[in-house]
Amino acid sequence: MSLALETLAQSTVPTGEVVTFWILAPIALACALGMVLARNAVHSALFLVVTMLCLGVFYMVQAGPFLGFVQIIVYTGAIMMLFLFVLMLVGRDSAEAVIEVLRGQRIAAVVLGGGLAALLGTGAVRALRATTATGLEAANADGNVQAIAQLLFTRYVFAFEVTSALLITAAVGAMVLAHVTRPKAERVGQTARMLARFAPGGSPAPKPGPGVFATSNSIATPALLPDGTPAERSISAVVPTRDLTPEEAAPKGTQGNQEGQQ
Amino acid sequence: MSVSYYVVLAAALFTIGAVGVLIRRNAIVLFMCIELMLNAANLTLVTFSRINGTLDGQIMAFFVMVVAAAEVVVGLAIIMTIFRTRRSANVDEANLLKY
Repeated sequence: MSLALETLAQSTVPTGEVVTFWILAPIALACALGMVLARNAVHSALFLVVTMLCLGVFYMVQAGPFLGFVQIIVYTGAIMMLFLFVLMLVGRDSAEAVIEVLRGQRIAAVVLGGGLAALLGTGAVRALRATTATGLEAANADGNVQAIAQLLFTRYVFAFEVTSALLITAAVGAMVLAHVTRPKAERVGQTARMLARFAPGGSPAPKPGPGVFATSNSIATPALLPDGTPAERSISAVVPTRDLTPEEAAPKGTQGNQEGQQ
Repeated sequence: MSVSYYVVLAAALFTIGAVGVLIRRNAIVLFMCIELMLNAANLTLVTFSRINGTLDGQIMAFFVMVVAAAEVVVGLAIIMTIFRTRRSANVDEANLLKY
């Protein structure tokens, strides 16, 4: 805290920005650490979302409102949702391997990471200690979005055009990779399906739905056949079959009342 | 506080991402660590844009975001394909380019 106050006294940036920085920077760092350390991949994704939101606020504070909103919309909105989709498809509890293929790799990685942080941090501080920011007030005089558009469509227009080719390539690539080609022999046509339905052993009518009774409307409750036996085909194969506990199998109060009235 | 603090924060975030790539084994978490490194680089670009007083750094950060979006789409599709054949998102198990 004293460090923060000291820096506030000799600060070259506005006070509000200093306060924002000292609130959001620890949150961003803690969530980045949480992302790396979280066992559950979904937690990692959510930690990363918080870090990215903090960075979006930093962009806005540093006179880049357009980038700040793009960060929130594209990164936390689109990219992280894509991550969550894939996590759910791949199975969020796909266990993380604990075995180290290279012995001592993790410790070495942490030690070297500390070295990298010290190198980058001290280098940046030494190089930028006496620097005062020019500020973007002049560049943003007509508004940040207008200024960025002016640059984007004049000096960087070629890079912008190349970007469109990149995006189309990425979309086509994702479609090609996600597409599963089935051999033609495996494909079942409508005629074959119909013949199988009416052949002996098939069922021309739809399968019966699960039972809806006064005591239960669970999809795990089988429908009853005319002779009173449960129809196994009325339960989805995905639903696990379970035995009723004695409490569940015991007659409910409703049944008692009905018998009493009769 | 001067603007160099932003660069130090970006260095710390980049390091966390790099260490994460080295110590995690889940391919999707590795991808998230790469995204964190890209974000740290973006923060330095925006800060340098402010120091220099020109918007070129912000334009560059914008292009980094576009490339990151394309990279994530293709990368996640590759992870899906690998998962479909090997039933695992563990990077140690994918040691062959085919099959």
